[in-house]
Order: sequence, then C-alpha cells, then structure tokens
Amino acid sequence: MTSKAFQLARLGNAYSDGALSNRNKIINGSMVIDQRNGGASVTLNSGTTYTLDRWFYFANGVNKFTYQQNAGSVALPTGFTKYMGFTVAAAVTIGASDYYITAQRIEGFNVADLGWGTAYAKSITISFWVRSSLTGTFGASVQNGASNRSYPFTYTISAANTWEQKTVTIAGDTSGTWATDNTGSLTLWYGLGVGSTLSGTAGSWSGSDYRSTTGATSVVGTSGATFYLTGVQLEVGDTATPFEHPRSYGDELARCKRYYHKMANPMFRGVELSSWSARRMGINFFPVMRAAPTVTLDGTLRVYNGTASGTVTSSNLSTTWSTVSSFDFDSNIGALSGTATGNACVAYTSTSGVVECYAVMDAEL
Amino acid sequence: MMNTTQITFAQYVADPLSGTNSSIRATIDGQELFVPLDPANRHYAEIMRQVETGELTIQEAE
Repeated sequence: MTSKAFQLARLGNAYSDGALSNRNKIINGSMVIDQRNGGASVTLNSGTTYTLDRWFYFANGVNKFTYQQNAGSVALPTGFTKYMGFTVAAAVTIGASDYYITAQRIEGFNVADLGWGTAYAKSITISFWVRSSLTGTFGASVQNGASNRSYPFTYTISAANTWEQKTVTIAGDTSGTWATDNTGSLTLWYGLGVGSTLSGTAGSWSGSDYRSTTGATSVVGTSGATFYLTGVQLEVGDTATPFEHPRSYGDELARCKRYYHKMANPMFRGVELSSWSARRMGINFFPVMRAAPTVTLDGTLRVYNGTASGTVTSSNLSTTWSTVSSFDFDSNIGALSGTATGNACVAYTSTSGVVECYAVMDAEL
Repeated sequence: MMNTTQITFAQYVADPLSGTNSSIRATIDGQELFVPLDPANRHYAEIMRQVETGELTIQEAE
C-alpha cells in the first residue's frame, strides 16, 4: 500500500512529464470495448486477427488459442470490469520461427510527443495487470512501425491464477524512424510463445525485429493454459501513475471508432440508376477515421424506393468508394417495382430495435 | 515487417460515371473485400507490398 503523499508525488512527476489527463497512449487499455465479437469466444486463425478493439493477435499457427473478453469469468482487480482472455486450445512446441503474440499498435500522431528517433527522446512507463495459469518469466517488446527498432523486456508472474500488476520503464529511443503521422508507430507486443528468430535480449534497444525475449515462458506450450490482461497503460515519464480509466464508455468507444466502426442499421441514402439496374447509396460517419476504411456489409440491408423494397448484401456491391468520413456503393440488385432513374432510394429499419445489417468499417493499423 | 496475409484475388473496380478506378475487389484471408486506394489503408498497403514482391497481380477493371 502506497501513501497518499507518495501517490501525489507520482502525479507531480506526471505533471512534469507533460500531462495529468489523457496520459494513457493505449486505447481500450481496460478492455471494455469489443465491437467485433460482443463478448463471444473466438478460435483464432493464423495471421493478424483483431480481437478486442485496438488489440490484435498475430500468429503463424491455426486454432492454437481461443480468445474471449472475460474468458473464465474470474474476479478482477479493483476498479476493472473487463479483461482480454486467451486460452490455449491446442499446445504446440515453439520452433525458431514460430510466433503467438497479442499487441496494440499506436498511431504516430498519438506518440509524436515522445520525440523518439531524436536526441530528445522521452522515457515511457508501461503498467498492466496480468494473470496466468503459468508462472515464470514472460516476454514483451516495444517496437517501431518498420520493425527495425525493438526493446524487448521481461516481467515475472510469481503466483498462478492471481492478478499481478507489472511496471516497466523504458528509456526513449534516440535512433530509428518513429512515425508521427496517421501510420503505425509504436507497437506494444506481449509474447504468448515466440521462437528465437523474433526474440532478443531484454533491457536494451536493438536494430532487429524482436517481439519477445529470449527464454520467455511459452503460454502456447501448455494445453489449457490461460493468459489474461487488463489495465494496460503506456505513459510518458519514469513513473507509473494510477490507471487512467476512460472518462466514459462513450468516450472510449469513440476513440476506438477512429480505427474500426461497426454501425448498426446504417441509414444509407441514395438514388436509383435504372440504366445499370443499380442504386448508388452513401453515408457519412463520425468520428473521422484514421484512413479510408475497407468496408463490408454484415447482414441484409433493406432498401426502399417509395414503391417497393428490396435487399442488399455484401455480394450485391458492384463498386465502392470510401474516404475518412464517407462510404458510397453501387449495388446490382436489379430493378424494383417503380424503379426509375433519379428516384430517391433509402435504407430503412423494418422493426424497431432489430439490427439486420452492420456497415463494418476497418481502418486499423 | 513479416506478414501472413493471404490474398488470392485482386481486381480494380471502375466508377461507371468517371471510368476511373475507385477501389480494388480482393479476396483477403478468404473474405471478399472492397479496398480503397489509400496508401494508409492496411489492406491496400499489403496488396501493393505483395504486388511489389511479385506475389500478386491486380487485374484490370472489367
């Protein structure tokens, strides 16, 4: 237990480092937003899979982990209600080039103040709550967007199935290129089983692609093993301040929507183009996204031209356009009764409270 | 950066009004997606990376 005076001194340090609010560079560090899966369990494929908002899983093996928000429904540290939970579905002995990792990649705009890649690089402090069925030394890393600057670090889990808070301070990187725009800059990796190719020595900067540390515990090596994470905070300075909970759920959700937005029953508006047996329809969305998103329709969109109704699914899209704040499409569902060039055409909700279609907009890093 | 994204098909899609390319219809990790022509979009960046390395060819619009 730390004294009030000590906590105030920490906040004083945070003030000196530049911020008393909006200190946390991690979005959804308390793991409360899960737009993609809504709390459901997912078996993870190989490649990159986004799990909780802003967090992704990266692996070369198929079906080795399941992921779920609050997997196992264990009690949380005081002040938290959600965690990111991984469970090993099929154990694997890690080879040199294997990797199982979860991470968050931070946009350059949000870490530009760190001054990394310059002589004025500031230190950062990462703090988080972790719980695993395994004990030992675990590996993690901080890395730039080009994956040619890495700082592997370790943390120790002392007791199985017990939440423990970890803190690590990292001296800012005065070398390398760290993006300061809307592209990917700082990535925080947590190794769940990483081979020697992507593992380096803890505690120093390297020009190699390291996403964990040499000799770290392999979670994926034990069938049924669990790895839970919450309260992740990455802040400027050499002091871990108390976790900065979102001002509100809506505020955190809006931050996430810059990168991924799942819009229920999108109210597209448009015009009929009978010569192409098509409709051109569009929407604006808010907040503005990081980049022009890849957009899909999940479900069935109901459309109405004042005379008759029809339905549009992703397979009916013939052309699309997207910008950071808009999405348009042409659909090839053919003529409806009353179709005429220039007629208005609208999407509509058939039953209050029933979601039949999502517009899914992905501008992740 | 290492990547394991599987892209099995990519074709430009043209705007019927202007005739210019508006997006790329691509099959990425088994899912058909319309990808905007924005270098900051991760799907577009990966398509162009694979084109550059010779792993992928984008078909012209019909």
